[in-house]
Amino acid sequence: MTANTHPQLLVHDKADNVGVVVVEGLSAGTDMLCVCTEDNSDFRLTAKADIPIGHKAALTALQQGDTVIKYGEDIGKMVGAAEVGGHVHTHNLKTKRW
Amino acid sequence: MAFDFTQETVKAWRRENGRVGVRNHVLILPVDDISNAACEAVANNVKGTMAIPHAYGRLQFGADLDLHFRTIIGTGANPNVAAVVVIGIEPEWTKTVVDGIAATGKPVEGFWIEQNGDFETIRRASWKAKEFVHWATELQKEDCPLTDLWVSTKCGESDTTTGLSSCPTVGNMYDKLLPHGLYGVFGETSEITGAEHICEKRAANPEAAAKFRKTWQAYTDDVIEAHKTSDLSDSQPTKGNILGGLTTIEEKALGNLEKIGRTSSYIDVLEPAEAPEKGRGLYFMDTSSAAAECVTLMAAAGYVIHTFPTGQGNVVGNPIVPVIKISGNPRTLRTMSEHIDVDVTGVLRRDMTIDQAGDALIEMIRRTANGRLTAAEALGHREFSMTKLYRSA
Repeated sequence: MTANTHPQLLVHDKADNVGVVVVEGLSAGTDMLCVCTEDNSDFRLTAKADIPIGHKAALTALQQGDTVIKYGEDIGKMVGAAEVGGHVHTHNLKTKRW
Repeated sequence: MAFDFTQETVKAWRRENGRVGVRNHVLILPVDDISNAACEAVANNVKGTMAIPHAYGRLQFGADLDLHFRTIIGTGANPNVAAVVVIGIEPEWTKTVVDGIAATGKPVEGFWIEQNGDFETIRRASWKAKEFVHWATELQKEDCPLTDLWVSTKCGESDTTTGLSSCPTVGNMYDKLLPHGLYGVFGETSEITGAEHICEKRAANPEAAAKFRKTWQAYTDDVIEAHKTSDLSDSQPTKGNILGGLTTIEEKALGNLEKIGRTSSYIDVLEPAEAPEKGRGLYFMDTSSAAAECVTLMAAAGYVIHTFPTGQGNVVGNPIVPVIKISGNPRTLRTMSEHIDVDVTGVLRRDMTIDQAGDALIEMIRRTANGRLTAAEALGHREFSMTKLYRSA
């Protein structure tokens, strides 16, 4: 495999609405190769922010109050908005538990 | 490099009680905090021994005292330990620990400081320690089935890469080895919070599911509800977790549960440091998620190798159990690779499948059992942290 086939974003489950940046130094505007680990399918997405490795990008436009799905499961709710390819982190995603 | 797991063997020590140990320590074990100095003096006198000082052991009572004895006795009884010198301040609790370890059949002798002083205790204990070292160093390794090992897991400094790579690597190892007779254990009651409903469903039988629910509820009521200021958000997820991209306790818990794979299910729920008694298979243990405490409890339950996925780079080790670090985070491999035993960054690049990563971990378990020092062992990480349930009297 050559470097240009390495994904920048991995998604656990087809139902997820966020994916994980898996490279260092990802900058806004990068056309990301995204792979869903469930079935190895791929798609492309443009990053809308500089997103650190390990942090999440929105796969769909997320509004305040929307449920965030990862591993095919509910991991919390949006407390702010994120555009497609935008950064999803503790500033806009919180647990529903507390 | 597909193994026939049922045929794979390792060179290890078969102990008096039939258990397999992968290290051959002669321990100098304090019953209590004030015996640490004498133990360290003996370990300094006699090379090839190891003292494991700790902070507790006086004025404890009830369930907290039971846990103290279970942890100390279990540590001495672990098959990675050949023989034990026990030192306490007074004879009675010292004898409790000696008798508990002696049940395994291994050589153990107790000494106490009251009416002897440190000097006389150290002198007598040093003679015994030297005798144990000569005896232990002549014990021969023998061929033991790989699946006779007891392998524990707990992850630390998790991030989103652990859920994608290192945790499912451990899960794949368990899915492959548990059906052939391996003993496994996972725990971290606080980190299961957020996925407790999913964890409950991974029980092998209704009794284990009910026991898990009861354990988790007791933790939530007695620990979190009783002591919380606002919520867990200042420590779960941890600051390191958040830097690594984790946001909510649900996200962290789902990644954590990847460690039990796709097909594995737990057959029983253990108290902290409790040895499994329902035969071969996977267990859940009620533990803190703090790395050193959790590994210490699992070692005291008799597990001989620990598999430790990390994202941001936890450096924990244990005095008696080799801790194998697995990481898939390329930044961690770039900045602190001296701590990592199994590099699974290929999983994130899609150069390596989880199946291949699981095989790589099994190969590292085999090599570690055969004597390879882990990164934590080579770097001198010997964290021995007792879990305490409440204040001493």
